[in-house]
Amino acid sequence: MHEFSVVQSLMELIEKYAEENKAKRVVKVIIRVGILSGIEPHLLELAFNTFKEGTIAEGALLVIERENLKVKCQECGAEGEKDELNTLCPFCGSLNTNIIAGQEMLLKSLELECEDET
Amino acid sequence: MCRECGCSVNHQHEHKHEDTKTLEVFTKILEANDRQAQENREHFEEHGVYCINLMSSPGAGKTSLLEKTIELVGRELRIGVIEGDLETNRDAERIKSKGAPAYQITTGSACHLDASMVHKGIHHLPLEELDIVFVENVGNLVCPASYDVGAHLNVVLLSVTEGDDKPEKYPVMFRSADLMLITKTDLLPYVDFSVDRAVSSAKKIKPNMDFMMLSTKTGEGLEDWIDYLKFKVKFYRKAFK
Repeated sequence: MHEFSVVQSLMELIEKYAEENKAKRVVKVIIRVGILSGIEPHLLELAFNTFKEGTIAEGALLVIERENLKVKCQECGAEGEKDELNTLCPFCGSLNTNIIAGQEMLLKSLELECEDET
Repeated sequence: MCRECGCSVNHQHEHKHEDTKTLEVFTKILEANDRQAQENREHFEEHGVYCINLMSSPGAGKTSLLEKTIELVGRELRIGVIEGDLETNRDAERIKSKGAPAYQITTGSACHLDASMVHKGIHHLPLEELDIVFVENVGNLVCPASYDVGAHLNVVLLSVTEGDDKPEKYPVMFRSADLMLITKTDLLPYVDFSVDRAVSSAKKIKPNMDFMMLSTKTGEGLEDWIDYLKFKVKFYRKAFK
């Protein structure tokens, strides 16, 4: 289980962005996790809720968006989402495809609470 | 309405009001690791060293393969090894006893090697005297797949005793591999392992993957493996000259 290591990296990014934007608190963290990224969302959430204590993201809500596997076929040119975890073209069955989505692990956006001068 | 105290906006007591803002960042979560991995790769390239990341489940035969490889290449390819294990220096000792430099990383409880661990290992190897550095990753078919360590080639070992369904069960690992080595082929008569099934399911997740079969016990396939290494090193050198 490497979700703890991934969350450590995530916390470092969150702290960096929070500091750059002089945030007081992080309210929401939205990440995008590809189905072929090797990350189990449930374990990631568990790890996040453990690590966030005592940090600027202590009260933050983690939103995990799942991204399906998507391939582009080099034979028939079609693009399509896959239900199964293989890279065969869903239209013509060719093996000559490129993965265009579903492998990434991204920090997409942060909702920050910043000080207001009013 | 003030969110902190619940009073109306025109309250008398003093405290600052907060405002939330959404920051779009779209950053890879493992960005720092990817950056370190790229630095490792460049470091290897400066020394003309080809780096291979060996991955498999525990007991598939990574260390045995390295021992045999060091024996067989003799002086033609000079090999160094970075060993990753949760505990013990046993694997590094096995490699050293074959006459190759090795550095052991004990990860404690971490289930994979990352680029910064490998970076530490690099500085304990005499790169200027080497042609290939093998990174023997922690035995695990899950976690090492997510971490780029800065290698030029990812190799996954699948021993026939593990079963031919592993590429389907661990797609992320087999997707990350450039070469699949089917090991312990001397045991094929005793197990229900279909080479065809293993290869075709691996190719469904990684169409351009190479594959080879070998046994360190009988020596079957080792000559092809050594030829493959020589070929890879030769073309790598050409690309960087």
